[in-house]
Amino acid sequence: MAAAPLLVVEDLKTHFFTRRGVTKAVDGVSFTLHAGETLALVGESGSGKSVTCLSLVRLVPEPAGRIVGGRVLLEGEDLLTKSPGEMRRVRGKKIAMVLQDPMTSLNPALTIGTQVSEVVRLHQGLRGGALRERVLSALRRLRISAADTRLGQYPHQFSGGMRQRVSSAIGLSCEPRLLIADEPTTSLDVTIQAQYLELLKEVQAAAGVAIILVTHDFGIVAAIADRVAVMYAGRIVEMGTTLEVFNNPSHPYTRALLRCLPDVGLGRQQLVEIGGQPPDLSRLPAGCPFAPRCPERQSICEEQSPPTVSVGDGHLAECWATKAVGSQQ
Amino acid sequence: MWRYLIGRALQTLLSMLVVISIVFFLTRLSGNPVHLLLDVNASERDQQILMHHLGLDKPLPVQYGIYVMNIFVGDFGNSVLTRRPVTEHIWERLPATVELGFVAMFLSVLIGVPLGMYSAVHRGSMLDSAARVFAVLGQSMPAFWLGLMLILIFAVVLGLFPAGGRGGVENIVLPAFTLGYFTSAAILRLTRSAMLEVLGSDYIKFARLKGLHEQIVLWKHGLKNALLPVVTFAVMLFVQFLGGAVVTETVFAWPGLGRLILESITTRDYPIVQAGVLVLSALYLVGNLFVDVLYSYLNPRIRHARA
Repeated sequence: MAAAPLLVVEDLKTHFFTRRGVTKAVDGVSFTLHAGETLALVGESGSGKSVTCLSLVRLVPEPAGRIVGGRVLLEGEDLLTKSPGEMRRVRGKKIAMVLQDPMTSLNPALTIGTQVSEVVRLHQGLRGGALRERVLSALRRLRISAADTRLGQYPHQFSGGMRQRVSSAIGLSCEPRLLIADEPTTSLDVTIQAQYLELLKEVQAAAGVAIILVTHDFGIVAAIADRVAVMYAGRIVEMGTTLEVFNNPSHPYTRALLRCLPDVGLGRQQLVEIGGQPPDLSRLPAGCPFAPRCPERQSICEEQSPPTVSVGDGHLAECWATKAVGSQQ
Repeated sequence: MWRYLIGRALQTLLSMLVVISIVFFLTRLSGNPVHLLLDVNASERDQQILMHHLGLDKPLPVQYGIYVMNIFVGDFGNSVLTRRPVTEHIWERLPATVELGFVAMFLSVLIGVPLGMYSAVHRGSMLDSAARVFAVLGQSMPAFWLGLMLILIFAVVLGLFPAGGRGGVENIVLPAFTLGYFTSAAILRLTRSAMLEVLGSDYIKFARLKGLHEQIVLWKHGLKNALLPVVTFAVMLFVQFLGGAVVTETVFAWPGLGRLILESITTRDYPIVQAGVLVLSALYLVGNLFVDVLYSYLNPRIRHARA
């Protein structure tokens, strides 16, 4: 961890201003990411994972959504102060993103060739034969066979798994520093999921790209993430290396999430659920947002926001009940 | 693709045949033209002679056979009133109708598509609200009233355009606007809603994530998808203009096909009504065929499903 981090996010806040009030979708998220590293963002639907990702590339749906605070430093440059034109040169070139549903993220009216080449032409300035070569190699890297005949085809002629590879090929075509994958495997078959993740790992190793992977599947986290950040109600409530978080979950919410996983070895068993609902982000209670659902609730939890405690090397949790470990006072 | 085209063309021919038959029998139901052609005091014998002369004394199936055979050699018969060939009457009127239809269509696409795009992109802005008022007015104002008001203001009071008749460019402005306003409003609304749907789609988000300029996102990634329903709609409207512009043609004394048919119905001029309806149906069917071909060109999913 000696090298400067690729991405530093500090106290990022993205709020949605609606008639019903202010929804604090992302409310003070901080993390760092190094080159070539994979960070998994996990949490229930509506916990702010996707909005965090969109905030990084400043594509929060306007005019309701707005980034109201914090810093996003990519290679030392603050993305939040860049002009729209500068920001367009970051998107697709330095930060690429793959969306959840490959069936809808490619344009049905344009050929695959057009959709891959437009981004390469834009960011790499290639034309003609060189452009074509680059496009073909981008597709081949994601193991899309017969790439040259595929160029003239339309998205509907591809299967779901193939389309996700095409989206990823588009994302990786300009050698980005960071790839954000927003639940890229949720809509794929389980066998295709594994294949896709293998491929992603392989490409990552070759290209040295950092990945932020949004998911709610702990199986995927275990398979490819170096570190995990668990989000709840717009905040990261626990963050650490994958091994640490799995072995020593230090936030009651993380423990509850892990308990939700069925254990294959144990045969038939009752599935565990987390009682209650995620809080309404426009009317957050005082104190810890998880308190109403927390089995380890104390009286202070409903009065004051919990502190961030360190429970190991780079392992943080935001909880009153968690005991700090190691070099803190 | 070719097999599909040939199949569609055959379907079109078959539909034509059905139309020909329906038109023939429907006009026979509207009454005997001889009653209108002759004086009320005409003798039974005079009526018989005229019926025989017009071929109306033959049994219906025979009349039908003659009629169909003649159509195949391009003979639609003569007008009962003027005795001139029906084709002459139709050719006289068709150019005026096509001209008005084209100009009106051009106007409505030119107004409807950009305004609809703008409305969708700047949803909730002042111009969006204005465009929606424009659209509601266009869809609710009847053509005869709008036409009369335009004549009153621009022809009578301001004297900028002639009040009626066909001639130079100045003659077509008012009728084309009257006819095109309704459709431009419809096209505007359709473009707006199609574009709004497209703008909310993942592929637009993905296009933005690529770092593409917003104009490219809108016009290259957005418009081609949003235009699909608009194109179909516009071509069908155009075909409707050709036959359905009766009101506008009447208000502006525009010598078009719609008015010819209307006049012929009131005088029970069978041959003209038959031929006129036939021409309009043919145009409608060809328009339909054209839309299908165009649609499969624009929409790759359909193109491949049928190839």
